[in-house]
Amino acid sequence: MTRNAQPVFAAIKTMIDMFSFEFMRNAFLAGMMLGFVLAVVSFFVVLRRLSFIGVGVAHSAFGGVALGALLGVSPTWTAIGFAVVVSNAIGYIGKEERISTDTAIGIFFPLAMALGVIFIGMSAHYNVDLFGYLFGNILAITRQDLIVIAVLGGLVLLSTKIFFKELLFVAYDREVAFVSGMPVAFLDHFLLTILALSVVISMKIIGIILVSALLVIPGAAASQVTRRYNTMIALSIFFALVSTAGGLIISYFANLPSGATIVALASIIFFIAFGVGQVRR
Amino acid sequence: MKQTAIDSETTQESIVELNDVWVAYDGKWVLKSIYFNCYAGEIFGIVGPNGGGKTTLLNVILGLVQPQKGSVRLFGNKPDKNSRLEIGYLPQISHADRSFPVSVLDVVLMGLYNRIGLFHKPDRRSKDIAMDLLSRVNMAGHAKKPFAILSGGQQQRVNIARAMASRPKLLILDEPSTGIDSVAQEDFYELLAKFRNEQGISVIMVSHDIGVITSHANRVACLNVQLHYHDEPDSCFSTDVAKKVFGEDLKVIVHDSKCATCFRSHQDHD
Ligand SMILES: Nc1ncnc2c1ncn2[C@@H]1O[C@H](COP(=O)(O)OP(=O)(O)O)[C@@H](O)[C@H]1O
Ligand SMILES: [Mg+2]
Repeated sequence: MTRNAQPVFAAIKTMIDMFSFEFMRNAFLAGMMLGFVLAVVSFFVVLRRLSFIGVGVAHSAFGGVALGALLGVSPTWTAIGFAVVVSNAIGYIGKEERISTDTAIGIFFPLAMALGVIFIGMSAHYNVDLFGYLFGNILAITRQDLIVIAVLGGLVLLSTKIFFKELLFVAYDREVAFVSGMPVAFLDHFLLTILALSVVISMKIIGIILVSALLVIPGAAASQVTRRYNTMIALSIFFALVSTAGGLIISYFANLPSGATIVALASIIFFIAFGVGQVRR
Repeated sequence: MKQTAIDSETTQESIVELNDVWVAYDGKWVLKSIYFNCYAGEIFGIVGPNGGGKTTLLNVILGLVQPQKGSVRLFGNKPDKNSRLEIGYLPQISHADRSFPVSVLDVVLMGLYNRIGLFHKPDRRSKDIAMDLLSRVNMAGHAKKPFAILSGGQQQRVNIARAMASRPKLLILDEPSTGIDSVAQEDFYELLAKFRNEQGISVIMVSHDIGVITSHANRVACLNVQLHYHDEPDSCFSTDVAKKVFGEDLKVIVHDSKCATCFRSHQDHD
């Protein structure tokens, strides 16, 4: 009896030990908040088919990070500036008859990356962990980051709640929504803006290159197993939280990169959901 | 008989008026010099071949497309957000949306969103209105079901309930028969006539299917880049030609000697 229980106690003890490190507590808290925010945004990303915009916007944040490094200011703020501008510019230019959204992304995404590389070239000695921003760094989350995530993430969630039914209508049928008096253009830019914000607050822990996965996978996995939007959002949040929490724990014990582990776990969840969806059809 | 009854109702209030409207895509005219008037209480049908500009014409009325030239008036005024709220719109069924995760009731409630307003969730009263509309289209029993699992005809009935939710003065229907079988079509047009008779709404509908338009519209026009009027539905289509035509794929292009000229005159211009 006691002999059997010992490994369990040991495991619990290791878990508790894990949280005795401040960086791990911060990372966990950040991961949970981000999972929530990204899951809700991913609901709309999937319904509106914005996943490639998500990739483009995430990468454009790199230009902002590099600018922050060059100017010696917090990369978070410059990245927000870059991502919000690029996201809305893609939306605005993609509306033109002659330019598809796909083309607009194809232009802005490398442009922002190129600017990032130029900024890095210009700053003789930057002391920003660029690799960490690209792929995420579990050690990087400070108390101040937590506050930024809580405030901006809260803002994203609150404003999404306020415009929820209108966003849903526009996603369902934008032309009917327009005729019914929905502020379609405003809602488009609103969605692009919260997309940009949620990407930027995620980049430190999940990484610029990997975060777009969490803008898609939770919503996509949820859409495989339900046809009700509230269930879809709930499942999306659940999948994202399992991915971030599980990914962080695994990365801690197996000494793996946090962002990559989170994304790998999320992908496994997607394939399971996909399988379940196929079987039930 | 039918005709006179309509005339007395429709006397004069102009619901939609297009004056010399021109629309081009990529430098090619899709609509040329369109003059169009729809009066209160009438069911106006527009037929024309695929690519003839029917959807574009509706988009101009709805404010989704701005014409390069010409003027649009809705209910006697320049169109704006408020006048568009008086329109119920049923777009061409798009199969891409079929898996969207909403319930039947959710879809009808969307028609009430502008009334519910920002910051509010649909309340009890909105739900009652939506349920009432659903029972009028015989879909109340399906309210909780996912919209995605309904048949085409059922989706169409739910969509018309949604379009009617804001109590519009004008209903605009784009290819309403696409994707629904003939029994469902009959149900649908019966429903349409019911709404029209009870609430005096006007209807503008377009289709590439002449049969549908002639049997359900009070007034008919043919559209292929330009618009040609035929005072009464039947004058447009002689029956033997129609018979011959219904078996053929090209039924729309040449359905009558008169309409044939409508349709051909443009092909010659191009
Ligand atoms: N957004 C658009 N951009 C470019 N061409 C378009 C667009 N919409 C419609 N067209 C073209 O305009 C013509 C009329 O189209 P449409 O109004 O959809 O016809 P219909 O509804 O009668 O089938 C077609 O040749 C179509 O290819
Ligand atoms: Mg069309």
